[in-house]
Amino acid sequence: MSGSAAVGVYETVIGLEVHVQLSTQSKMFCGCACTFGAPPNTLTCPVCLGLPGALPVLNRKAVELGVRAALVLNCTVRPESRFHRKNYYYPDIPKDYQISQYQYTGHPPLATDGALALEAGGGTRRVGIRRVHLEEDTGKLVHAGGRSLVDYNRSGMPLMEIVSEPDLRSPEEARLFLTRLRAVLQYAGVTTGRMEEGTLRCDANVSLREPGGPHGIRTEIKNMNSLRSVERALRFEEARQRDLVARGAAVVQETRHWDEARGLTFSSREKEEAQDYRYFPEPDLLPVCVDAAWIERIRRDIPELPEARRRRFVETHGLPEHDAGLLTETRPMAEFFEETVRLFGHPKTVANWLVGDIAAYMNAAGVEIEEIAVRPAALAGLLTLIDRGTISGRSAKEVLDEMLRTGRTADEIVRERGLVQISDTDELARLVDAAIAENPGPVGDVKAGKDRAVTFLVGQVMKKSRGRANPEMVNRLLRDRIGAS
Amino acid sequence: MTGPHPASPADRPAWDLRACYRRGELSPSEVVDAVLRRIEAVEPQVRAYLYLDADAARREAAQWDRAAGAEDAPPLAGVPVALKDNLCTRGVPTTAGSRILEGFRPPYDATVVTRLRRAGAIVLGKTNCDEFAMGSSTENSAFGPTRNPWDPDRVPGGSSGGSAAAVAAGEATLALGSDTGGSIREPGAFCGVVGLKPTYGRVSRYGLIAFASSLDQIGPLAQDVRDAALLLREIAGRDPADATSAEVEVPDYPTLLTGRVAGLRLGVVREFLEGGLDPGVADAVGEAIRALERSGARRVDVSLPHAPYALPAYYIVAPAEASSNLARYAGVLYGHRTAQATDLIGMYARTRNEGFGAEVKRRIMLGTYALSAGYYDAFYLRAQRVRELIRREFVQALEDVDVLVGPVSPTPAFPLGERVEDPLEMYLADVFTVPLNLAGLPGVSVPCGFAGDLPIGLQIAGRAFGEATVLNTAYALERALAAPARRPRVVAAAERRSSPA
Repeated sequence: MSGSAAVGVYETVIGLEVHVQLSTQSKMFCGCACTFGAPPNTLTCPVCLGLPGALPVLNRKAVELGVRAALVLNCTVRPESRFHRKNYYYPDIPKDYQISQYQYTGHPPLATDGALALEAGGGTRRVGIRRVHLEEDTGKLVHAGGRSLVDYNRSGMPLMEIVSEPDLRSPEEARLFLTRLRAVLQYAGVTTGRMEEGTLRCDANVSLREPGGPHGIRTEIKNMNSLRSVERALRFEEARQRDLVARGAAVVQETRHWDEARGLTFSSREKEEAQDYRYFPEPDLLPVCVDAAWIERIRRDIPELPEARRRRFVETHGLPEHDAGLLTETRPMAEFFEETVRLFGHPKTVANWLVGDIAAYMNAAGVEIEEIAVRPAALAGLLTLIDRGTISGRSAKEVLDEMLRTGRTADEIVRERGLVQISDTDELARLVDAAIAENPGPVGDVKAGKDRAVTFLVGQVMKKSRGRANPEMVNRLLRDRIGAS
Repeated sequence: MTGPHPASPADRPAWDLRACYRRGELSPSEVVDAVLRRIEAVEPQVRAYLYLDADAARREAAQWDRAAGAEDAPPLAGVPVALKDNLCTRGVPTTAGSRILEGFRPPYDATVVTRLRRAGAIVLGKTNCDEFAMGSSTENSAFGPTRNPWDPDRVPGGSSGGSAAAVAAGEATLALGSDTGGSIREPGAFCGVVGLKPTYGRVSRYGLIAFASSLDQIGPLAQDVRDAALLLREIAGRDPADATSAEVEVPDYPTLLTGRVAGLRLGVVREFLEGGLDPGVADAVGEAIRALERSGARRVDVSLPHAPYALPAYYIVAPAEASSNLARYAGVLYGHRTAQATDLIGMYARTRNEGFGAEVKRRIMLGTYALSAGYYDAFYLRAQRVRELIRREFVQALEDVDVLVGPVSPTPAFPLGERVEDPLEMYLADVFTVPLNLAGLPGVSVPCGFAGDLPIGLQIAGRAFGEATVLNTAYALERALAAPARRPRVVAAAERRSSPA
């Protein structure tokens, strides 16, 4: 690549390597529980500690989830695949080899040759999935007080690696792909897909090329810990490479780490001569055989996928396409919606609150729906208070805000703050009469047919009631009293 | 042994002890005491044990004293057994003969140990072996060699030399060994006891410290064929903790010992009788074959042209797997850790340099090389192809014959020190045993006579999961050959010392 004039025509080529932790009860090769956040080294046994004499036994459920993922990604499931040993020394890997299905001469991984469809710019793009394979996770190194400690709770956790073809052409598209991939896998019950907890991790290969030309030198980007940081990191890297090429400099093949705080990628300065992992077939495990009947059973058990759920939300709940799309973007959000609707019964209202106030809160706080303090029952409780006229819509926003901050119920907050809406005609009539008496000008305007003045007077009544007056009743009473309706 | 039994309970087979317990003629405590006395008498010379817990054995024996004679007593109730030190025992030191595991006490029992305990066996202790089972003489143990009870200047064979010597010298009634390339059969032959390597997958490997995972099998070492059958029955069978253990029913091996071999097609492997065979071995093996023929077996000469390639293929596959299996001994979680290192790589390098012996290092290097990028196809992959050819050849040969026979090893027990400086010469001791590991087939070593004062073993190999046929053939031979009145030299000497003049 040379000549700055040509830089504009280069296209960005991105491929993703995505690791997800499979949602199994137990680890990949032993019976230890897969629980997040347990005290260090409490979820271990001779197998995942790599003690002398211990042997791995494949978790059937992990294979099943792997096949499920392969099916929803339209891959070809290989009737027979094998595990291999990837040999390298590191304290977080107690056997000093990792059991993996890394592709190896003559032995395909669990599944290959799939695709995921993306809706982008009004059309549909097909992003190829090169392969899906299973492997075990490593332990976790913790550096503290000048010492290095190892937590082996994660050792042997079941992982699936999904490698895309280099079909992505922009950081935005990469983010969209990852969002869609995560949704599909979550819906299929394959993974919780939480980047913050590390149950979904993503590395990216980035290069530039002339459209249709050969691939350029690529860099591998690591340490991207959220969807947003994937897009930011790739945007930075894309710009960095374009700048290099524009200056006639070469892109160096290397691993680069994303620094979230500084907003840049930096070379990890790892030795780039390929490490020799001395792969060979894992003799302690039998080949993984997946026959057609098993595949069919797994296919039958696949839960509803995002696309189907989106259609259903439009058709049975009457939601606008846009809302249905947002509500099905993650499985927890869709489930939150459905559970709230089950308890409250007005899908459009529920959708409005979710894609409105609650989504705004999530964005601002940078949290996922499953992390917010409000559960479906609590939201349904709030909406019921509005529906019954117990509180006004305006008060409701205030109440929701406190619910999100404190996790308390709407009932408690409403009672404590005295927010119960005033719907008592006598009490409202007193407030309305006072407002009429205090605002002769606007009253005159109303009489003169200036309808906008009604709105002003309603506002005055609301103010007097500290927002608790039922605005519809106030409106009606005002018009009755002024005799202008 | 079908002849009259010697006076010491230490020399009685397990099936006989059981009968004695039933009849109330002996108690487990008396047996354990006799065995412990024997250990005390011969162990200074033999050095079969790396770890012995006499008190625990006595306690366990006392617990069986009343129950062992009951009709419903478990099959090995009150029978003292020894375990090769590469079998994990909960809370009991387990070193695999290596400095790098000195002080290591596993938090769990190997499946075979659990099964033995459930069967009522009394675990005496852990026996010496070549480091990580790599060797044919037990001289590669980091804790010094074991000596052959028949001639203390000679090796007991290996790597399960401690287990074989213990059984031969009456230091244990039964013992378990492991066999990756002949490590049960060769010491069995050298020490004049029965040693069986089961079919790959017949016995769970869970808790066996791995040498070469696709070749390792645990098996019995015993005074006679009936005992070997009894012990195999107790340890065999599918184990959910070992994915390579087979879902194949376990026959009642002892009751299948009829001793009838009339019409049995006895495949005599030409390649195993050619060149370099010690004349004493050739004579004893020839006589054993004729004895089986006299019992009605039909001799069929068989050629296995790929068998000579087994040894080179083995010395690629086994070290390759070992180089990976032994990577975990790096000073991180357990075992030896160097006191010298200042960084991680230094810790790995020094720990392993200090902890491993020369033969283990040699094989790790061989295996690492064989798996390296650029050499993988030429070595590992090619060796696996040779292995497959050998396996097919054996399976095919066993379609036309019922068992294959030949010598266990080209020579009888060799003098200590003779081969330690010459690894190739040492490897040749396993030239006839290695093919069965590559093929995954069962083979037994059964005593078939002597060359001078040294026992010779006949190897009988069979079809996958055909242990019953292999054992029955061995049993027929045991009955056909006159039971030797000879006793190992160290035992005879000890008895002389202890008996009143």
